[in-house]
Amino acid sequence: MTPSDSRPQRPMIEVRKLVKTFGGKPVLRGLDFSVPEGDFVAVVGPNGAGKTTLLRILASLARPSLGDVRLAGRRLPAEAGAVRRILGVVSHQPLLYGDLTAEENLRFYGRLYAVSELEARVQQALETVGLRPRRRDLVRTFSRGMQQRLSIGRAILHEPLVMLLDEPHTGLDPEAAVMLDRLLGQVAGEGRTVVMTSHDLQRAASLANRVDVLAGGVMAASVRKGELDPEELPALYRSVTGA
Amino acid sequence: MDPMPRALKTLNWLTAALFVAALYMVFIYAPREAVMGDVQRVFYFHVSAGWVGAVAFLVTAISGAVFLARRDPKWDRLAVASVEIGMVFAFINIVSGAIWARPVWNTWWTWDPRLVTATIMELIYLAYIMLRQGIEDPDRRARFGSVYGIVAFISVPITFLSIRFFRTIHPVVIGSGDPTAEGAFDMTPRMLQAFMFSLLTFTLIYVTLLWHRVRLARMTEHVEERRMQLTST
Amino acid sequence: MPEALATVARRDRPVAGYLRAIAAIVRKDLAAELRSRELLGAMLVFSLLLILIFNFALELDARTRQTVTAGVLWSTFAFAGTLGLNRSMALEVDRGCLDGLLLAPVDRSALFFGKALGNLVFMLLVAAIILPAYSALYNVNLFLPGLMGVVLLGSIGYVVVGTLLSSMAVQARTRDILLPLLLFPVVLPVVIAAVRATSGLLQAAPPEEIRGWISLLIAYDVIFTAVAFMTFDYIVEE
Repeated sequence: MTPSDSRPQRPMIEVRKLVKTFGGKPVLRGLDFSVPEGDFVAVVGPNGAGKTTLLRILASLARPSLGDVRLAGRRLPAEAGAVRRILGVVSHQPLLYGDLTAEENLRFYGRLYAVSELEARVQQALETVGLRPRRRDLVRTFSRGMQQRLSIGRAILHEPLVMLLDEPHTGLDPEAAVMLDRLLGQVAGEGRTVVMTSHDLQRAASLANRVDVLAGGVMAASVRKGELDPEELPALYRSVTGA
Repeated sequence: MDPMPRALKTLNWLTAALFVAALYMVFIYAPREAVMGDVQRVFYFHVSAGWVGAVAFLVTAISGAVFLARRDPKWDRLAVASVEIGMVFAFINIVSGAIWARPVWNTWWTWDPRLVTATIMELIYLAYIMLRQGIEDPDRRARFGSVYGIVAFISVPITFLSIRFFRTIHPVVIGSGDPTAEGAFDMTPRMLQAFMFSLLTFTLIYVTLLWHRVRLARMTEHVEERRMQLTST
Repeated sequence: MPEALATVARRDRPVAGYLRAIAAIVRKDLAAELRSRELLGAMLVFSLLLILIFNFALELDARTRQTVTAGVLWSTFAFAGTLGLNRSMALEVDRGCLDGLLLAPVDRSALFFGKALGNLVFMLLVAAIILPAYSALYNVNLFLPGLMGVVLLGSIGYVVVGTLLSSMAVQARTRDILLPLLLFPVVLPVVIAAVRATSGLLQAAPPEEIRGWISLLIAYDVIFTAVAFMTFDYIVEE
């Protein structure tokens, strides 16, 4: 499989006609979504629009009711096992154990993911997220911003190809949010495919190179960086979501 | 509103008729038992109710398994309907057991393995209901119910065997002094016929009630859907 | 891009990864517990309190002690066990850590066995303290090898079903009262068999009888380990 194929490359993430219902109520109604390799896409939308649901399905934590979902060419949920290996997920809960130190948390996840050269990778990840000085401290003592950063460290430990972030800036003070942005830029810059949900339109537009709006259970709009003047985004958002 | 299917209407009548016939069989056709007297007639309904309780539980376990495999909500509806009905019949089994035991052995409760197992089954039913009540998400509720139904059902025969093994080592003497006296008596042919007939009748009552209950569940869901459609537009 | 997937997949062999995941989870639970000591502390104190209550409720004089010891011990284990089970699962579910586990590229059953093994270790640790304590308090010799075996077999059965059911109960509103309600009817054969086997060992009952109860325990353990293995997926997958 030569990378320099003349055929167009398959997108890293491919979603076709995705439907998800919860107890009879449809949340996603035939959604189409596609992300090329290496792209950074932000998904915005009103509360309850289904952003988290979409992310959970991509993360293999929920099953689609109907439709086709592929990551790196592998179908979900059938080939979830293979997909999980290349996924790094950051949700608004840190997924960390408060009674363990930062190091111990990373070591634990590293073992689960069968990461080779574990100790080196753990220290490297701690370095990347700027938490090496606090590596022996219990996560219970960390501020929310630090927990989110450690969470990213956890997510990149196994060098995933795809990163999924669910409103990662939730609960962060402005300083911590800026630090997170820098970190995200760094992590995304390493060629990873990133999908981030957010309810902060401006931040999403500045971080990502594409902004998709989820409304009414489908992707109502998609805007690449540079296509639209950032000041016009809120107006577009309002018109599409009927807010 | 889907009208009651012809088959169900016929079943209603058939079951009612069979029940009347069963009453006749039990109270008039079957002879009076020599030792225990008329109170022995409770036995026919006692065992039949116990049988239905067990069958209902089996149905719940199996339809739970099918639900997990197919994820079609109708199997979960069937499981819940069966639990509700089974619970009632298991209760009848326990109470009729007490009614029978009192005059015969002068005690309200016998530590008979079958009776104890039936009571445990009833407690499992209750736990099943309480599990479902504590879960908000309908899909999760159905999944958890199915898993518990299967796990609990498998435990019941094992429980029965352990109690029985316990009883053979430590017999609890009630009245008659015979440790295995689970109300044993010789059944004459007429008694056997009455017994088989009540077994059949109770099974049919179960099926009828189950059908009605499943229909009710389906109609309730339709109403819910309709209501959501109307309030969301 | 498929190359990357292939390389990553080649990196680990399935069985080693499976066992490593189980070990990682057990290690994590033990490490966390060593720090906070909440779980073990609660189980131990609760067990000792129960034995105290039984002491006054049952008048454990020298004569009745022989017949009642097995029952008191196993009742204590059964009740204290629910504390451990609930706490262990709550740790995962409450802070969303369950998602973290579910994201890992391992079979779901590895997660189950990891948690169950951790629960088993805690239960055995509690037993390791309660048995000598009881022994000393009541001058009953509990250090028979057969008895250790019964404690192990009984704990396995209890923990396997308990872990499975607690993973459901902990997600319900009524989580604390729900677990005992779900667990006790199902785990009754374990309690019966364990009590009878223990009692038999303490009172030198005929070996066939004790063997019978132990066979029942083993059968229960095997059956429910298989059942848990097959059904755990359905509990955690949305």
